[in-house]
Amino acid sequence: MPVDVDAEVLFSTRLSDDYAVIGFRAPAIAGAIRPGQFVMIRTARGDVPLLRRPYSVFDRLRDADGRPVGFSIFNKRVGTGSRLLSEATPGATFSCLGPLGRPFTLPRAGSEAWMVAGGTGLAPFATLSEELAAEGARRRLFYGARTGAELFCVDRFEPIGVDMVLATEDGTRGETGRVTVPLARELAARSGAPPVALYACGPEAMLQAVAALAARYGLTCEVATERRMGCGMGGCYSCVIAVRTPAGGTRFARSCLEGPVFSAADIVWDDVDR
Amino acid sequence: MDLSVRIGSLRLKTPIMSASGCFGYGVEYADVVDLSTLGAVVVKGLFLKERAGHPPPRIVETPAGMLNAIGLQGIGVHRFVREKLPELRAKGATVIVNICGTTIDEYVEVARVLSEAEGVAAIELNISCPNIKEGGITFGCHLGNTHDVVSAVRRATPLPLIPKLTPNVTDVASFAQAAEEAGADAVSLVNTFLAMAIDVETRRPRLSNGMGGLSGPAIRPIAVRMVYECARRVRIPIIGMGGITSAADVLEFLIAGATAVQVGTATFVDPFIFGKLESGLRDYMSRHAIERVAELVGTLEMPGGTRR
Repeated sequence: MPVDVDAEVLFSTRLSDDYAVIGFRAPAIAGAIRPGQFVMIRTARGDVPLLRRPYSVFDRLRDADGRPVGFSIFNKRVGTGSRLLSEATPGATFSCLGPLGRPFTLPRAGSEAWMVAGGTGLAPFATLSEELAAEGARRRLFYGARTGAELFCVDRFEPIGVDMVLATEDGTRGETGRVTVPLARELAARSGAPPVALYACGPEAMLQAVAALAARYGLTCEVATERRMGCGMGGCYSCVIAVRTPAGGTRFARSCLEGPVFSAADIVWDDVDR
Repeated sequence: MDLSVRIGSLRLKTPIMSASGCFGYGVEYADVVDLSTLGAVVVKGLFLKERAGHPPPRIVETPAGMLNAIGLQGIGVHRFVREKLPELRAKGATVIVNICGTTIDEYVEVARVLSEAEGVAAIELNISCPNIKEGGITFGCHLGNTHDVVSAVRRATPLPLIPKLTPNVTDVASFAQAAEEAGADAVSLVNTFLAMAIDVETRRPRLSNGMGGLSGPAIRPIAVRMVYECARRVRIPIIGMGGITSAADVLEFLIAGATAVQVGTATFVDPFIFGKLESGLRDYMSRHAIERVAELVGTLEMPGGTRR
């Protein structure tokens, strides 16, 4: 059940001009978060911007005794709301509503987990990696960005046993090109067993490419979508995405309730606006 | 302290309700909000059949407001009665159902289905959605059409009937009068203002539907004025709405002449707002030694001492 709390900013770590990791104190939310879930953050006290902004949870923050005390988000400054967050300093408070949405499902025992992240799509994979570690599943993270300076927090993942494969479109770090290039190569090189479960978060073109690879190799694949969201609670019907119905038709599903994590096979990609 | 109000034969515990299209079917909030504490849960507009709605993007923010063009995505009245109404009843909600149609016959049929269902307290007649091509606003922008659809649904249902009016007309009060003459028990206003936002880089509209309805604090002063105008011209109760975010906003509408209010866009920002508005309203009544909230309705003092 989501709660609305006034969450104090614990830290704001600038990663570049536009990107920052911002930590919030919110024990009531932190204890309940599942990988892939999101929080709706009110960025202004007044009426501009009016609506909350959805943020995928990056890290679950813990105190010295390991108790969950808060969460962090990946913030990219693009509009008014994200600018207000990027300017926030420790001590400031923001109304945070969460956790919300359907989380990732963990792979079946014996399965490997391959995560695919594009840009700020890295966010849900910190908590997912931790849960996968607890399950003992082999885990790899294919992480791509436009340029090397926008590959953030790479050293966050290796200590928890995640094999990293990096790619940048301009070739400044890791492999050159989109992250789906090394993913396709590694999938083709598999001998078949053990099975692989794919998890993807990032631009929808990337999600669509990962979904196509999953279909080609017959792999389960979950994607965390990002739609323009109004309320995060299922009230407004803004954040819809086209999904298949059992009868063979399509319908608009609310990504706040039925997602943001969907089975890639359910999404009707042709109807996704880009 | 008495917060109850009457809308026709319907008694509401408080004058504060959710607004249609902004609170899903109510059940989405059942775990976090005690639905029985709301004046009423006004559910999302229902046609006879399921409707897909418009492709995204369906909303865009504007200064102190937002545009939406959802396109009345919905599960249809039969599925609502089967799948949602039992839970709403179980939670003790007072349920007002917003109904839509592309023809008068469809409005009548939806009203008939709801009248036979258990647990519907009233019908809000949506003749004001700006986002669909057929039906909706075409009934709400022409006095004769408004009269015809309200009369037809009036004959089809014994439930309190509340036409929801559009502000996209020159004189909204004349539509309130048409509704009253056709047998409405109350009117609710305002629906959203037809509006547009453009991405100048691409020279394309920001909504897939091109245009959408403006809501939020940006429209509140216009909505208050329209409620005031209607209150002077009809005797039936008025349910006011448009950009309410605080108890003071609720009071503005009551003083302007609304018997009750609906809260829409603000519930997106704060799903827990209903309790806060109610407690703010109680504070005000206590401060002003007002025992019954109904005493506040239409108490605007106009300059010069004339209460118009």
